[in-house]
Amino acid sequence: MWNYEKRLQFPVNIKEPNAKLAQIIISQYDGPDGEMGASMRYLSQRYAMPCREIGGLLTDIGTEELAHLEMVATIIHQLTRNLSMEEIERSGFDKYYVDHTLGIWPQAAGGVPFNACEFQSKGDVITDLSEDMAAEQKARTTYDNILRLIKEPDVCEPIKFLREREIVHYQRFGEALRMATDKLNEKNFYAFNPGFDKCENSNGSF
Amino acid sequence: MNGKDQLLFNIGVVDFTMVDLGLFLDAHPTDQKALEYYQHYAQIKKQLCREFGKKYYPLTMAEADSDKKWSWGDAPLPWEGGCA
Repeated sequence: MWNYEKRLQFPVNIKEPNAKLAQIIISQYDGPDGEMGASMRYLSQRYAMPCREIGGLLTDIGTEELAHLEMVATIIHQLTRNLSMEEIERSGFDKYYVDHTLGIWPQAAGGVPFNACEFQSKGDVITDLSEDMAAEQKARTTYDNILRLIKEPDVCEPIKFLREREIVHYQRFGEALRMATDKLNEKNFYAFNPGFDKCENSNGSF
Repeated sequence: MNGKDQLLFNIGVVDFTMVDLGLFLDAHPTDQKALEYYQHYAQIKKQLCREFGKKYYPLTMAEADSDKKWSWGDAPLPWEGGCA
């Protein structure tokens, strides 16, 4: 179940269209480390979590990622609304425009469409949380790369906010991984999959 | 910033605090200080959202006033800009 609030998680008010920036930033809508993949990853993984606390954290971070997806789409929308035909041709936006006009469609900066293979849902708490920590760092690196390419303050501010959230999520997933290993036999965390195998390697908490 | 934008901005600040504290509490469910902070800001958010809905437009469908006309559609959409 979800509810919607008609507002953004962080303000996005971009005055000047700039199709060149839009083509870069669309990678975080859904390129390989974008917000759509992030949200779908956490919301898909949570069903196989062997404990309630971690399933709850995945729900909450997956939900926040939906708010980020909306922010990135808003940035792209505001960077492309009111574009002239001349700007569309000059900026190289013509290749996107021919298929989507000024609509928002999930693709990477290089034109590769969104694909569920950009994330994994492995049904193993340690495997999945390790992927989640890597995913947050990959998204942080992408935002760092974006911030080296853009200077406009009204675009940079929401991007900086999104970058900060990757760091916080990484910290929380690290804590979730520790919660998981605290419930396992510390001599061998990787002996089995606590979400599937029922064996004695758990310390009894799973 | 006019009164509406300021109020919406304040709601955003308070709600962000709750989102961040919520994730912290997911991983530290017995942290008393975080629990107190969360309850404090949850109370403020409730008041601010009620005030905003009364003065301007509903932020959630639950707050939409359906007295004579369904007011949910009157709210500007977040991606239009000009709103926090």
